Amino acid sequence: MGSDIWVVAEQWQGQISEVTHEAVALGRELADASQAKLVAVLLGRGAGDRAELLGDADLVLCLEDPSLDEFVPAVYAEALSPLVADREPRCVLIPLTNLSLGLETLLAVRTGAPVVNFCADLQIVEGRLEARCVVYGGKIEATLQVPGPTAVLGLWPGVRPAASSTGTSEVEVEVIPISLPEASKVRFEEHVEPEVGDVDITRHDVLVAVGRGLMDEENLAPAEELAKLLGGAVCGSRPTIDQGWLPLSRQVGKSGLTVKPKLYLALGISGAPEHMEGVRGAGLIVAVNTDRQAPIFQVAHYGIVADVLDLMPELAAAIEGRKGAASRG
Amino acid sequence: MDILVVLKMVPDIVEELTLAADGRGLDRDQVRMILNESDDQALEEALLLKERHGGKVTVLALDAPELDDALFAALAKGADRAVKVAGAGDGPGTRQTGAVLGQVLEREQGLKPDLILTGVQAIDDLDGLLAPLLAHVLGLPYLGVVVRVSVDGSARKATVTKECPAGFQARFEVDLPAVLGILSAENPPRYVPVSKVRAAMKSQTIELLPAPSAGEAAVAAPKLLEMKKPEEAAQAEFLEGSLEEVSEKLCEILSGRGLM
Repeated sequence: MGSDIWVVAEQWQGQISEVTHEAVALGRELADASQAKLVAVLLGRGAGDRAELLGDADLVLCLEDPSLDEFVPAVYAEALSPLVADREPRCVLIPLTNLSLGLETLLAVRTGAPVVNFCADLQIVEGRLEARCVVYGGKIEATLQVPGPTAVLGLWPGVRPAASSTGTSEVEVEVIPISLPEASKVRFEEHVEPEVGDVDITRHDVLVAVGRGLMDEENLAPAEELAKLLGGAVCGSRPTIDQGWLPLSRQVGKSGLTVKPKLYLALGISGAPEHMEGVRGAGLIVAVNTDRQAPIFQVAHYGIVADVLDLMPELAAAIEGRKGAASRG
Repeated sequence: MDILVVLKMVPDIVEELTLAADGRGLDRDQVRMILNESDDQALEEALLLKERHGGKVTVLALDAPELDDALFAALAKGADRAVKVAGAGDGPGTRQTGAVLGQVLEREQGLKPDLILTGVQAIDDLDGLLAPLLAHVLGLPYLGVVVRVSVDGSARKATVTKECPAGFQARFEVDLPAVLGILSAENPPRYVPVSKVRAAMKSQTIELLPAPSAGEAAVAAPKLLEMKKPEEAAQAEFLEGSLEEVSEKLCEILSGRGLM
């Protein structure tokens, strides 16, 4: 059985992404616990120049080919699978992001390996690799034993701190020659910049975030009113955008924006990992949800168990009352 | 243009989830099953493509509790054909689902679509995502996290837009047939009144196909040791009381922090 721990690095617009450093930190712990080597894999032209940014790894494998410049899961799987099959690492860690999604599954089926998705933590327990996974929108935790010799593990972003490596020049680098057939059936054409919204939610100190618990577009009005009273803006989780209640430019989370307001008032948001990924930098998170078990309460600083539709007008009245008192006083 | 939409039923997580007595899964008698959310988006995208280019939409799924309701709803929305595959066991994982459906698609001459759409992922896809699994079995190209599909007249190529980080999108050209994992359709999934679903139940039928007998060549499966609800690391401090009282308490906290 292989013993090395591999991490597939993700680059976006020339930068190694935050989630890669998180995966490297987790990989480092695993490698140390099992006296194994931590190997980071970097793909695309110029990979060798960036290898030192992954200084917490013992070895960086660089796959340099123009066809790997854009993160296309099908192409990455084709490039990685012979290498994984040949070297048999114990596991390959892949952060689950909009760029990478699908690579974990393709790499696993191509190499005949098992895949475990939605991992939040990995540990060596009595010599065996165990994964703690967050499933069902964050409502259930599952612990799985990961069989070998090789397994592919999909990691939730944002569930652990990133490695704070400043980069050392001592990391060993190995450039792997690679040749892929030129004509892929999936061909990258271009990037499309985000549409500019009426409101830039990344610039607001106060965000009133709405989720499925709002039930209906009509109920946006009291949320807008609260945002106005608090001097902030309204944003939302994926379902509110998919329903067309809010424009794409107001979406917070994996597919949307990352926000760092001083106050994040989450109304009727359950707190699925995809959403929380975009909120982890908020100063104060206050969550309102009818379900006391909702995962958002694990992240929020203050929680209120209530129906947002009932609470919004009461809260608006309370804020107005205080403001009135302040202006009179 | 023949489009196949692969659907999967998942537990409704809006309801309280109950664990089975052995702690190895959900209590299946207590769980309400609904259509996977992004599968509903995939169905909508397929119906939009049919409206634009003509052709047929077929929905396909492994048999599961409450599946018939979802299939009749798809027919009522405008799908032309609904097929369910029975006999693949009780609640197989996604890897097994992909292997079974892939074999069915290889076998059935009446199921040779130009395009296969399914949801980008499901909340219980612990052992892999369905779209790349199907693509692998069928030897077709795959792209996921898709938010828009447009097809050229010949139905040989599609322009596919997927989401990237930070609100960016990326456009790809994809040879057809292909398997795409849909994150969201261009429009919210259409609403279908119950009366139309009932009418579909009376006038249309669901075709039944047997699951292939041979499973996928054995892959060491991850062993589920335990399922549990997250410990109430509920770090949130709950504000208790009437709506008026909790509103006052929250105002107190916010003004204490200079946020009001």
